[in-house]
Amino acid sequence: MNHLRGIYTIWYRDLLRVWRDKLRMASFLAFPLLFLVVFGSGLSSTMGMLAPGVDFSKFMFPGIIGMTVLMTSFMSGVSIVWDREFGFLKEVLVAPVSRVAVAAGKTLGGATIALIQGCLILLFAPLFGLTLSPGVLPQLLPTMFLVACALSAMGIFLASLIKSLEAHQAVVQLLMFPMIFLSGVFFPVDNVPAWMNVLVKINPATYSVDPIRQLMLGPESASALGITIFGHTMTIGEDLMIVAGFGLIMIILAMWSFGSQE
Amino acid sequence: MPKSHIIEVKNLVKKYAKLVAVNDISFAVEEGEVFGLLGPNGAGKTTVISILCTLSKPTSGGASINGFDIVRQRSQVRQSIGLVFQDPSLDEQLTALENLEFHSRVYNVPASVRKERIEQVLGMVELWERRRDIVKTFSGGMKRRLELARGLLHYPKVLFLDEPTLGLDPQTRRRLWEFILNLRQKEGTTVFLTTHYMDEAEYADHIAVMDYGQLIALDNPERLKGTVGGDVINLSTVDNQKAQAELKERYQIQAGSDNEQLSFEIANGDRFIPTLIRELDTEISSISLRRPTLDDVFLKLTGHRLRDEAAKGELKDIVRQLGRRQRRR
Repeated sequence: MNHLRGIYTIWYRDLLRVWRDKLRMASFLAFPLLFLVVFGSGLSSTMGMLAPGVDFSKFMFPGIIGMTVLMTSFMSGVSIVWDREFGFLKEVLVAPVSRVAVAAGKTLGGATIALIQGCLILLFAPLFGLTLSPGVLPQLLPTMFLVACALSAMGIFLASLIKSLEAHQAVVQLLMFPMIFLSGVFFPVDNVPAWMNVLVKINPATYSVDPIRQLMLGPESASALGITIFGHTMTIGEDLMIVAGFGLIMIILAMWSFGSQE
Repeated sequence: MPKSHIIEVKNLVKKYAKLVAVNDISFAVEEGEVFGLLGPNGAGKTTVISILCTLSKPTSGGASINGFDIVRQRSQVRQSIGLVFQDPSLDEQLTALENLEFHSRVYNVPASVRKERIEQVLGMVELWERRRDIVKTFSGGMKRRLELARGLLHYPKVLFLDEPTLGLDPQTRRRLWEFILNLRQKEGTTVFLTTHYMDEAEYADHIAVMDYGQLIALDNPERLKGTVGGDVINLSTVDNQKAQAELKERYQIQAGSDNEQLSFEIANGDRFIPTLIRELDTEISSISLRRPTLDDVFLKLTGHRLRDEAAKGELKDIVRQLGRRQRRR
């Protein structure tokens, strides 16, 4: 009961802060939309069809949803670095709330915000020629939330080790962008050079983007664009198992890291 | 073990890589008293507080607060204490009310009394009117008052104040102290504070003096001042060296020399001044007498003044705050 209240309080505060800073939230939306409009429209005619009935815009849209969720989740860790910088982290760390609850609350907060951001982008789907059948949403939203939780846990774990905003910036540049670029957001990853193939396959983001794309584009096109490992094409369930496993490791690391904070 | 000891510290040691920040200190604090930990910046005061507040672990030795062990019963210790940090620790993006609501939830203040308590503490620090304002818009003094209100919200047994009035104007400092003393009287809260302001330490019932990680004195302010041995006379003359020699020869007084001034302690100084003026061969250019302060105690105990260090510390603090403000935008 105590744990739940702690988790809820920390989650609620993170959401309240974002609500206060709506302008920043809106600016995070501008970036993926810019990608969609510029690259989607610019490259669609040159790239032709990537799979039956899937032009570049349609291909990229689910990727951008994934990217938005990944980036927002990853960046949610920055709130911890800010809290450290401005002292509020101390208020949290001396409170009679278990550190496990702190890590869980932070992860859920980041994941919720990422899910909301992803949903806001999702509203633009019709503009890019995608129609979502209502039956997909009950699968798509939990998928996005799972991805958001896993990546938030990673963001929170990394941020708990980082002491300054500058260092956090560097980690974001060095880790987040390669993860996104090598996840199949911008191009199909089944025909890449061998060295890149390895990076793509060990990248947890790959297995985050793939299920979102499969759900949004339907099973037929998915088979043409899917991730194959040793000749086996990953199903949505298998992707999500990997994401969940990764998230579990990350949340345990985050809880451990918070537990040993001084 | 008498139950009235709300804080007990035994052989506490904290070592960082090379530095011994706290070197084997022991003391006890009685329930309901104001206990001052005094010392220059870097003496180890903040380290002691952060260990007592369970923010860092002792290298060896231990302590208990309200009967709970600070290492093994962290949660109970945290529930028993309130904290006002040296550096701000509010969420400046939220309103005063939201900061207090967050605090009351994480400290398990029952929902039924939450509203009433928040109103009470905000009223006490005179911020009730501003409760819906974003903390970022508050002045330094208001933020500190809000932190104090927050520290009291869960009715802690012990309130820790780490340099509570650092960087505040004298009027705000006085007001804060009124609150603190009032609180002790009404709620019986034990107050544990660190400071390098001498006049603040004098509010305390007991004072522990720290220097270089060690406890060098522990007593009430009056008795500590008593160790100085009477009044302090400051003297400046046309030739201080000659006057110093003369004082030693004629009155067996060992005068310290500090910034163009000689100073020494003597009982009944007011009677001694006329004699001195009459008898001293070296021409006196100024002479003054004052009651001893804790600063004199500190000088006597350590051989160096507290005030120079304090001034440096404050400058450091200002620079740090400026840096922070710049980074914000």
